[in-house]
Amino acid sequence: MDGQTIKTLVAIFLAAILTENYVLNKFLGICPFLGVSKKLDTAFGMSCAVTVVMVIATAVTWPLYTFLLVPQGLSYLQTIVFILVIAALVQLLETALRKYMPPLYSALGIYLPLITTNCAVLGVTMLVLEKGAADPGFGYLQSLVNAFGSGIGFLVAMLLFAGVRERLEECDIPETFQGLPITLVAASLVAVSFLGFNGVVDRLM
Amino acid sequence: MEKKQGLWREFTKGIVKENPVLRLVLGCCATLAVTTAASNAIGMGAATTFVLVCSNAAISLLRSIIPNKVRIPAFITIIAGFVTVVQLFIKAFSPALDTALGVFLPLIVVNCIILGRAEMFASKNKVLPSVIDGLGMGVGFTAAMLAMGVIRELLGAGTVFGLPILSGFMEPIIIFLLPPGGFFVFGMLIALAGKLSKEGKAPEATGCASCPLAASCTKIHEKGKGDAD
Repeated sequence: MDGQTIKTLVAIFLAAILTENYVLNKFLGICPFLGVSKKLDTAFGMSCAVTVVMVIATAVTWPLYTFLLVPQGLSYLQTIVFILVIAALVQLLETALRKYMPPLYSALGIYLPLITTNCAVLGVTMLVLEKGAADPGFGYLQSLVNAFGSGIGFLVAMLLFAGVRERLEECDIPETFQGLPITLVAASLVAVSFLGFNGVVDRLM
Repeated sequence: MEKKQGLWREFTKGIVKENPVLRLVLGCCATLAVTTAASNAIGMGAATTFVLVCSNAAISLLRSIIPNKVRIPAFITIIAGFVTVVQLFIKAFSPALDTALGVFLPLIVVNCIILGRAEMFASKNKVLPSVIDGLGMGVGFTAAMLAMGVIRELLGAGTVFGLPILSGFMEPIIIFLLPPGGFFVFGMLIALAGKLSKEGKAPEATGCASCPLAASCTKIHEKGKGDAD
């Protein structure tokens, strides 16, 4: 691996976290972002589970699409195949964790059923293929790095937001805005701060 | 006559009382992402409504055949089939809409409104009420997205459906087209819908009660509480 490749991979990783943040820039995975971000530790557990599944799902669906669906002219089956593969993977991961790594299972296991229908996971498997179609240099390795970075980006957004929400609990909020509205307004402000990263990664290249 | 009224109620509940976006708060990803223009909101709403009606009908027909244990994967497969139909249709007849909706078109498959209605309604009811329920929820989803789309397009680009409305009157506020504007407008609309509703306040969190995965989420919250003690 030469220096240029490493440089590109680092740029892809940072871009996935900062400028293409799944939650705050692409609106993927909003449900867990709003639903599971009340406490720091649950936000952390959920994000770790999402990151693991994102990387594994991309590792499986990328070759499946490139070497099986496309040569057979079945690329229109992408949606069905991917969602079933992800559902099966999550189930497998749950069983394997329970059998071989009980401590990890007790930490992440409860989040796994939620992840099958998490749009961030299905989204990353499709978006890396879109990027690959636009740029031939964006191959398997780049896709995996992008998936990992997206997971970490999800983690960063969740942790930041969990911190903001813990503060919000102590605030005196007008009745109409209590609950979800103020959470969304807070999310809006966190998203404004992430806008500030625009262009940072381009300069790194 | 009474039956007709019952069906009418199934239809209108999705639009007003149980609006999937503003009251149940389901499917927020699509709502936030594609509402940068009013026309995208309509396109996404129509696509989702089609999938919702078809999957509700299919699941209602198959409700006595699908074993309870594998019902969620079975529902997802049925939904994914209809999503593929919509994808092919839009690619063929409206490539511009296909580009605008992007990855969110295939992501209809994980839109929790559809899985939620399959689990809460279609798997327990006859075909006709299920179709009406799907139609009502779809129209409610489209209406809420349209409201967001109009507000964001008007303030962010000064146009509605591409027609210049605010040109020469005020400068467009571009941030309404960017992600923060999406969160902000969504929060405001939910607050407004909550204020106008019977309960007089907005929902506490996303639509947990209508989500098929509520059991897992509750476990997570209980764990969070347990650790805090």
